[in-house]
Amino acid sequence: MAGHSNYVPQSAAAKWLESRLPVISLVRGSFVDFPTPKNLNYFWTFGGILFFILIAQILTGIVLVMHYTASTSAAFDSVEHIMRDVNFGWLLRYLHANGASMFFVAVYIHIFRGLYYGSYKAPREISWILGVIIFLIMMATAFMGYVLPWGQMSFWGATVITNLFSAIPLVGETIVVWLWGGFAVDNPTLTRFFSLHYLLPFMIFGVVLLHVWAFHTTGNNNPTGVQPKTKQDTVPFHPYYTIKDLFAIIVFMIFFAYFVFYLPNYLGHADNYIEANPLVTPAHIVPEWYFLPFYAILRAVPDKLGGVVLMFGAIAVLFILPWLDTSKVRSGAYRPLFKQFFWIFAANAVVLGYLGAMPAEGIYVIMSQICTTIYFAYFLVVLPVLGFLEKPLPLPASIADSVLKSGSAGSGTPAAAVSAPETK
Amino acid sequence: MVSAIFFAREIARHDAGYRCKLNRFREDATLAHTDQAEPNRRDFLYIATGAMGVVGAGALAWPFIDQMNPDASALALASIEVDTSAVEEGQSITVQWRGKPVFIRNRTVAEIEEAQSVPLSDLPDPLARNANLPADAEATDANRGVVGKENWLVQVGICTHLGCVPIGDAGEYDGWFCPCHGSHYDTAGRIRKGPAPENLLIPPLEFVSDTTLRIG
Repeated sequence: MAGHSNYVPQSAAAKWLESRLPVISLVRGSFVDFPTPKNLNYFWTFGGILFFILIAQILTGIVLVMHYTASTSAAFDSVEHIMRDVNFGWLLRYLHANGASMFFVAVYIHIFRGLYYGSYKAPREISWILGVIIFLIMMATAFMGYVLPWGQMSFWGATVITNLFSAIPLVGETIVVWLWGGFAVDNPTLTRFFSLHYLLPFMIFGVVLLHVWAFHTTGNNNPTGVQPKTKQDTVPFHPYYTIKDLFAIIVFMIFFAYFVFYLPNYLGHADNYIEANPLVTPAHIVPEWYFLPFYAILRAVPDKLGGVVLMFGAIAVLFILPWLDTSKVRSGAYRPLFKQFFWIFAANAVVLGYLGAMPAEGIYVIMSQICTTIYFAYFLVVLPVLGFLEKPLPLPASIADSVLKSGSAGSGTPAAAVSAPETK
Repeated sequence: MVSAIFFAREIARHDAGYRCKLNRFREDATLAHTDQAEPNRRDFLYIATGAMGVVGAGALAWPFIDQMNPDASALALASIEVDTSAVEEGQSITVQWRGKPVFIRNRTVAEIEEAQSVPLSDLPDPLARNANLPADAEATDANRGVVGKENWLVQVGICTHLGCVPIGDAGEYDGWFCPCHGSHYDTAGRIRKGPAPENLLIPPLEFVSDTTLRIG
């Protein structure tokens, strides 16, 4: 990262600092002079958008903690206190609650971008795996945060999710009691979730730095999937991508603000405005929308342990994805068959989300089983086999070639069409 | 960060050079070397120190893990007494025991007969799951009801699938139905259909008088 900077300190103060802690050249190498492929499209701005949301969530979270009380007797009331009494409390809470949804909107786009353009393939496997780890910590953080208001959905969501661990043979029950700190979800559960909900975002921050470090070591992927070869293929990160990312962040903020100001409870559940009652389960328990595809997989299996294993397997399979895809070509833009399977997979993920929100009976169970099969088949059958069967389109000779010749990067225009030498 | 790696590499290089010299010196002095087959006093000290460190770290980690287990105040709420005199035939009450709902039902004759008529081979879970009986007791209706008072069915009202509270007088088997993931229990609280793996659990209990039930 720092190696990409040709920064030479000029002022005496900068020289003094640089010789003791080379932080200026580190930042310049990573975020100013860093050579970035010049053909990145707007799907590449979601990394910057995600970083913005992470910071926003941490800031709103820190101030909410100043008014929240983690206790079963006071938590629900303290959230209402934030909504009604605290200055701008309603805004801060709606920003934080909707921010969680925005985080998942952005992360799913970010993940699907990686899936389409083969960003998980060599040499970026570590960056991909760190990304999956971030995704896991995000899910844990979001789940524990949802418990804190201590509404009916908080309580019963916590009960159902912690009970997933009881499916583990022999030690399951012991683990669940240990997680609860009692014989049911209760005050000890709430206070420990609060503690961890505060901790985990900072762990996400740490893994994000590693994630960035990893792909700054290998260089960014790009829509063609072709590695940059010469200086013509890249532009400095600043100002080209700082401004592009900032523009994308602002557009995303408009989308975010629309939810915060006009639909603040659209993504939540009305039941969570009823205080937690350990004796009554709401008629229809549904997790937050971002967990629905995995919830559908859980319910597709008529066996407790099997359902839990498949649900965790749906995420675990992402860890080995770099070694499941046998195709040498990174970008889906040059893989005609892959492209079709990718969109089937994407549509299937959306259908799984829909099924997760439906009651677990009749046709919905059968459809969940079909969609779960498609989900795993994509990773375990289609990607390994496709690399051998598919005849990819010819790749452009370089990023500069694809940009200058085809007009739109990653459009799959055969590189053979390039003949003009002046563009090289 | 690259410069940090570079720095670390530099250290490693210096270190390697130093070790080379040291090894030459060691060979001269016939000191310990890991390639040697014969374990000597230094190897023993290394292993003993390492083992002591692991044991110490483990011992220190345990309080941090165990603090999450149920504390003394949670364990103290182990048993409750319930007056069942007001529960007529066909009625149920729900009480709270260890933070969990417990269903106490005074079953009708029809319900008992329905449960008795089910062959054991029809049950997904053939065990009684009754804390007052041996663990391998069969899930007959007699083994599910309170001993000597078979009309009373007392069970933890937590679905054995993922912990929701089932709804009474519901489901395809006239017992309980869990709204979360669609498990059906019969009039003896036995799982008949759906993802739940076990019958509803029966807590340790005893009628201490004709109408007073102690749970726990």
